[in-house]
Amino acid sequence: MSENIRTVKNATCTFCGCVCDDMELTVDMDEKRITKAKNACILGRAWFAEHVIENHPAAMIDGKEVSIEAAIEEAAQTLVKAKFPITYGLSDTTCEAQRQAVAITDIIHGTIDTTTSVCHGPSGLAFQGIGESTMTLGEVKNRADLVIFWGGNPAESHPRIFTRYAVTPKGMYIPNGKKDRTVVLVDVRKTPSTPVADIFLQVKPGKDFEMLWALRALVKGRRIDPDIEEITGISLATLNDLVDKMKNCRYGVLFFGMGLTMTRGRHFNSGALLALATDLNEFTHFVAKPVRGHGNVTGADNVVSWQTGYPFGVNFSLGYPRFNPGEFTTADTLSRGDADAALIIASDPASNFSKAAIDHLHKIPVITLDTKQTITSKLSHVAFSTATYGINTGGTVYRMDDVPITLRPAFDSPFPTDEEILTKIKKRVHELVLARRGSSGARGEAKVASTQLL
Amino acid sequence: MASMLRIVNGRVYDPANGIDGEVRDICIQDGKIVDTVPADAPRIDAQGMVIMPGGVDIHSHIAGPKVNLARKLQPEDHRRDPHPGTDYTRSGSGGTVPSTFATGYRYATLGYTTVMEAAVTPIGARHTLEELHDTPVIDKGFYVLLGNNIFLQNLLRDGRYDDFRQAVAWWIDSTKAYTVKLVNPGGDEPWKGNRNANVKDIDEKSTSTNLTPRQVIEAFVKTVNELGLPHPVHVHCNNLGHSGNYKTTLETMKTAGDLRMHLAHIQFHSYGGEPGKNPDSKAAEIAEYVNSHPNITCDVGQVMFGKSTIMTADAPLAYVLRGFSKGKWVNADTECESGCGILPFSYQENIYMHALQWAIGLELFLLSADPWRIMLSTDHPNGGSFMSYPKLIRLLMDKEFRKEEIARVNNKAMDKCHLRELDREYTLNEIAIISRAAPARALGLKNKGHLGTGADADITIYDDHADRELMFNTPRYVIKSGNMIIQDHEFKGDHIGKVLHVVPEYDTSIAEIVRPFFEDYYSIEFDNYAVDDHYLHEHEIIPTLKS
Repeated sequence: MSENIRTVKNATCTFCGCVCDDMELTVDMDEKRITKAKNACILGRAWFAEHVIENHPAAMIDGKEVSIEAAIEEAAQTLVKAKFPITYGLSDTTCEAQRQAVAITDIIHGTIDTTTSVCHGPSGLAFQGIGESTMTLGEVKNRADLVIFWGGNPAESHPRIFTRYAVTPKGMYIPNGKKDRTVVLVDVRKTPSTPVADIFLQVKPGKDFEMLWALRALVKGRRIDPDIEEITGISLATLNDLVDKMKNCRYGVLFFGMGLTMTRGRHFNSGALLALATDLNEFTHFVAKPVRGHGNVTGADNVVSWQTGYPFGVNFSLGYPRFNPGEFTTADTLSRGDADAALIIASDPASNFSKAAIDHLHKIPVITLDTKQTITSKLSHVAFSTATYGINTGGTVYRMDDVPITLRPAFDSPFPTDEEILTKIKKRVHELVLARRGSSGARGEAKVASTQLL
Repeated sequence: MASMLRIVNGRVYDPANGIDGEVRDICIQDGKIVDTVPADAPRIDAQGMVIMPGGVDIHSHIAGPKVNLARKLQPEDHRRDPHPGTDYTRSGSGGTVPSTFATGYRYATLGYTTVMEAAVTPIGARHTLEELHDTPVIDKGFYVLLGNNIFLQNLLRDGRYDDFRQAVAWWIDSTKAYTVKLVNPGGDEPWKGNRNANVKDIDEKSTSTNLTPRQVIEAFVKTVNELGLPHPVHVHCNNLGHSGNYKTTLETMKTAGDLRMHLAHIQFHSYGGEPGKNPDSKAAEIAEYVNSHPNITCDVGQVMFGKSTIMTADAPLAYVLRGFSKGKWVNADTECESGCGILPFSYQENIYMHALQWAIGLELFLLSADPWRIMLSTDHPNGGSFMSYPKLIRLLMDKEFRKEEIARVNNKAMDKCHLRELDREYTLNEIAIISRAAPARALGLKNKGHLGTGADADITIYDDHADRELMFNTPRYVIKSGNMIIQDHEFKGDHIGKVLHVVPEYDTSIAEIVRPFFEDYYSIEFDNYAVDDHYLHEHEIIPTLKS
């Protein structure tokens, strides 16, 4: 270890949607690595410890090192040439970069989608239909006396949600922490999260919707047949007991995970849960919150929403945003073979999409921005290596509860940020699009008046 | 765009400078109004046109966490109203809660150049500033919600008034806000902590702090005046929307004594009758009080028929409204700071309540003795979209049109108010006051809302149509900070507006008094809470009245 040590207080871990901003990082500035991440969970410690600057070209075309400028030119030309370009990823980069990505897609009349569409996208759709009674995480800490986790295993996916926000912390009206709370876990199997719960309810796989709907009926005072136990695996008496607890708590919370959104029923499951939380407000204060995965997937939802009106799956081919999940979501545009170029930012679809989608990615020019080499970057026509958000770059991320936090970088990276690369691509595609329209005579005068704003 | 311009032959309405329809030249140089420019400077011939300062909206909801939730909630509202891009403007989507770009461009298409976002949670300030950065053309600022702030209420409970004043200033500075907003003070705690209850009376004591809403309001009025913020405390009274609430509104205004206070969307607070029953109009009583108390300003919050979106920090109210439709509804609690409720809504001509609300708003305008203190707003998008301002202006300027509209709406409601008897027609000069000069003055924006030397060159030029709705819907030219944005009804340029904010004087050691509370009760670190300057992009610090 060198003498050149720096400490960064109140740094933020962007590994998961908890976005804990109480990290104290010890940084070896000579070695350019984080040697200690105080307060981090096991996932966060790995996230910080494993981050090193890799000896890798900043920009490549077809696997050969090129200058960043040449790669930007090639990326812009590729995107402008395409008839159905798609932009995808975005959940592991800053809001500042996300804003540029939406701008590029708007200018080239492309399609933009985020990893939301393969995670809590169904919750986004349920939100549009039901709404959501929700809260910032501090409300849970201060007020929640009943906390229900449904379809998730936070002990392994979001370890600090228990200790920092929802189970053990002492809050304004919860002076004794966990002693003042009842914790319920609903899942199809026992997991490392189970021991945290006072009550564990093992629902039969694929029967979440039925159980949620039965709870809704009971909350409304309707009769439920005892055969609900055969259907869901949970007895009527247990359901009645849970309903009593929900109606009689002072401040109830339903956290839910991908066990609901990515199993049979999808947005129906999320919708049933959101509706249950809404219904309970007739009796007491009740809120719900999807437990979001990637560090800034919530930021991506917010940025795409404020710029287009829609959270994900947005197409600009008519010159304005249209929303149609299933049509404009990336898993679908790729597996149908529609996209003819792809701009992938901070995501690795080639490692986890369907075979049809991955096959299509191999056939089209792909441009990637990523901090590491990935399966997607390796098949890319143009690949940029970029600095890691929260470790090498500042910027803004949104926690799963929509609370925005400013990042405090630990040490510099030799690589540019996503925002810098995307801003340059945006400028260039704008020039190319204007030149193309100008040459055909359309809106030529407009070109002259154009300012740099876009 | 040349940095100089002379606008000739137009009729100028500049009420702040006493100019009422005179034909005179307006000269622009480097984004400001100047006395003259050289004879060879570019010209606009505004023969037959009406020139006004750019519009100033004192109360609107355009950016931040609740606005974005409302956007996400309503794809159906965007779908029917796309906003195409051009070669140099971004695309977006419209509806009652447009995307950020569409919001900026659409305000510009109405000739508005300054807009204030009226309710932002402190913890949502960073988000709001990010959205405002993506809201083009207009200058903008926001009011920060402090009326249900638990830490501040604890200071009041403990009688620590000096710390309270310092902490209010710290919150303004830390969030880059323009002034303090109070929404249903005292209402959050029963909502979140007592099974969705609400505070019912301005003198009802809180069970958690032992404070009444009146004590909270008094403390903020006094403090904001002491800090010399250019705009006074901006108040959304208790009991919004409830029959009989005019008494609460009168009592709220009385708490100000002779100090400055702005009442938001006062139409929603001017109802007679018994709680739980149909209201009648108390516009006359409210207008009378405002007319005779020069320390009070207000905006109307006019209801316009058609689609709206309810979005408010008054969460109990949104839940009451949700009870009518049982439709989709958002509740969003913000730790230690605020509540929030959102739902789609529509005002219908045939419904008694809605027709009465519409009429009460118009009565308030028509009974106003001083247009400088009763200003134009629809509490966008709560009473209706800002895109309905031109129709509202026609309702005020054209009594025959108003009569036709009155004939279309619920008759029983018209029997319970005095709208039919009011013959007043607003003049162009009065419209220029309620939509420009008055809001700028109430905001303490010395360079806005007028066309005198040194003012910002934010100018709207309208064709002088007899149909005032058409006229105000389609300005011929819109100039922002000297840049030609709209020329001959077409977008000709883009512009990044400024964030307007206030930096009050205070003792920065207050931060160390606030810190322990954060460590105990907030979920983010105190040192990550204050918004740093780079979120401001283009900005202007508006001086306090003390400096």
